[in-house]
Amino acid sequence: MNITFIIHATILCMIPLMIVALAGAFSEHSGIINLGLDGEMIFGAFVGCIFCREMINGQVFGASTASSQWLFLLGMIVGALAGAIFSLLLSFSAINMKADQTIAGTAINMLAPALVSTFGLMFFNSERIVSRASFQLSSSVYTNADFATAIQENKILGFFFDEVYISTYIVIALFIFLSIWLYKSKTGTHMRSCGEHPQASASVGINVVKMRYLGASLSGALAGLGGFVYIATQTGTEAESSVGGLGFLALAIMIFGNWNPLWIALGSLLFGFVKCLGVVYSQIPLLASLPLPMYFYNMLPYVIVLIVLILTRKKSGCPKAEGIPYDVSQR
Amino acid sequence: MSQSLINKKRFGFISFDSVRSFGASLICILIGLLIGFLIMLFSSFSIDGADPISGLAYLFSGPFTALDPLQDFGNMIFYTVPLIFTSLSVAIAYKTGLFNIGAPGQFLMGTMAGLLIALGINSVGNPVQGVFVWILAIVAGGVAGMLWGLIPGFLKVFFGINEVIVTIMTNWIAANVFTWVFSLDGLKGMVNTASGKTGYLITTSLTGNSTPDLGLGALTHNSYLDIGIFLAIIVAVLIWLLLNKTTIGFSMRACGLNKFSARYAGINDKWNIVLAMAIAGALAGFAGVSYYLHAGIEIQYQSVYQKLPDYGFSGIAGAFLANCNPIGCIFAALFIRYINASGTNLVSVGYNRYFADIIIAVIIYLAGFTSFFKNLLKIHHKNSVNSQPGGKAKVPLPDDSKPETEKPQKGEIR
Repeated sequence: MNITFIIHATILCMIPLMIVALAGAFSEHSGIINLGLDGEMIFGAFVGCIFCREMINGQVFGASTASSQWLFLLGMIVGALAGAIFSLLLSFSAINMKADQTIAGTAINMLAPALVSTFGLMFFNSERIVSRASFQLSSSVYTNADFATAIQENKILGFFFDEVYISTYIVIALFIFLSIWLYKSKTGTHMRSCGEHPQASASVGINVVKMRYLGASLSGALAGLGGFVYIATQTGTEAESSVGGLGFLALAIMIFGNWNPLWIALGSLLFGFVKCLGVVYSQIPLLASLPLPMYFYNMLPYVIVLIVLILTRKKSGCPKAEGIPYDVSQR
Repeated sequence: MSQSLINKKRFGFISFDSVRSFGASLICILIGLLIGFLIMLFSSFSIDGADPISGLAYLFSGPFTALDPLQDFGNMIFYTVPLIFTSLSVAIAYKTGLFNIGAPGQFLMGTMAGLLIALGINSVGNPVQGVFVWILAIVAGGVAGMLWGLIPGFLKVFFGINEVIVTIMTNWIAANVFTWVFSLDGLKGMVNTASGKTGYLITTSLTGNSTPDLGLGALTHNSYLDIGIFLAIIVAVLIWLLLNKTTIGFSMRACGLNKFSARYAGINDKWNIVLAMAIAGALAGFAGVSYYLHAGIEIQYQSVYQKLPDYGFSGIAGAFLANCNPIGCIFAALFIRYINASGTNLVSVGYNRYFADIIIAVIIYLAGFTSFFKNLLKIHHKNSVNSQPGGKAKVPLPDDSKPETEKPQKGEIR
């Protein structure tokens, strides 16, 4: 048992959670409760997976490393696009029809698994889509032989380039960029104002409808991306009609992080770390000697989140106008 | 979700409002079925031998196109019972301004408590004791669900923690507790050791504590039908009475509409939040026991911790389809199961069973537009109100989100 392995396992757990929680925050900061994160993840993962499968079957991308990494990148983009398009259902219902946003979210969560299973059975004769794609970086996949030996010998290089996924770096970069964008850019602040007081935003010339569409679509894109990263890194790039309730968990992490990207990142780090303890506890002598079953470690992250919440009662950062349809006449 | 506490215009015992609600729901369902038909039409191009017309007919006929329609119908009713309970659970919490996505956890805790009693006490050869143990198990299920529902209630009231995050966490805790408890050495007697079974519990048929079916199962060609449906209907009516005819219900709904003005009016909002979560939890607990105490239903306890039960989340759909009306929950759940039942029959006309799920999801999605459709239906009614002598014909256009009961007042003031 080495520390690198624990860190890698933590990051693996944390990355999809972090980006999907940010997806939830984007939507809520623009004023729309996105309960459909789970469905958008499932849909993004499914479309991304089919894309990879067809690309490999069509031999557009070979088995060589460099090309499989390009495929991974394209898969992420395709998954994000699929999530964004799917989230238009939520935007239309919430913005144009002024419907209860939780209903649309619930419907999306029901629709995505049904669509995935239906089209899986229709076109692939299976509810589970297997893509045969493998995206992990390891010493055997680098074409540069010097680099391949270097990452095996050098601990630090190995930490960053051996048995990791490029998605980790992409997601972290995206997370930082989007968080800064949300708080520092003009469009970002405009978007957040629509989640606090849309009528006031409209009075200074901000297009609330456009901003809410933007927020929800970005949210869908990030959720779709997160879904694809989840299946690519944790299930061996096989898509099915579930992502293990990760969407709901991300929603919880978003509330845990008080709608603030920094706390969301820390929250998912904590959650990811405790969650990975449940996987590796039997290899840690101290923990293995305790007479506690696997289920105890499985439920530990959820219990710890609750305890942290109880201990850190703070002012809620919940956007004030979230969940309330924008109504021009209430200005 | 803006609904007035007092219904104004009435037509005998039916209010205009409820007629419009019904009409709006009907429009949702028809559009949903139309979209379903279009999906089937388009996918028939890529499926050999698929026939969208008979697909639609199969969808309409629910369980009645099965090989044994009566048995399928009985099963449909049986599967409806837990859904009614979880829908009620979500609905009563929503009426109080809480979003209960903790139904899966409460469902599991109820199931656990119920099964511990029903599988732990042997009443074989003693039917009277069996009935008493069954009642005890049902009550235990409700209590366990209630206790599990109290956790988010208390955390919300005393620590101000959002109930959504707490219920998501308690769901997974419950799932792990469930598998943990039944894996304990002391409960080895409840595990089914028959060959070919791994990780299953024995059923209540072996301990004689199963839900009485009063011959209903035999009547419907050995389906799962039992007396659970009557319990569900009684409970739904009781919840409706509680919400609409009692002071407690009134104050709960007042909290749901506006917590602060309810507090200003002297209503103890904290107490109402705790109470609503307790009732919601108990209802979800009943859902669990009503399902798993049946003699023919077994549960694979070993895999429970990996996936939350579907009944919890479909309760959200049922509640919203019913617009959180307790009586409506019965019909919403029946409707969902009716369409679900057609799923397996759709296979014979070339479609897989998930087409039914797509259509249900589309209908739930459209259920969000009920207020929009309701406003469409309102136009004629509005004109008749305002065409009084001396009344100005020009009335400001109503906006979609305002409660419609405010409009007659505007006409009267003038």
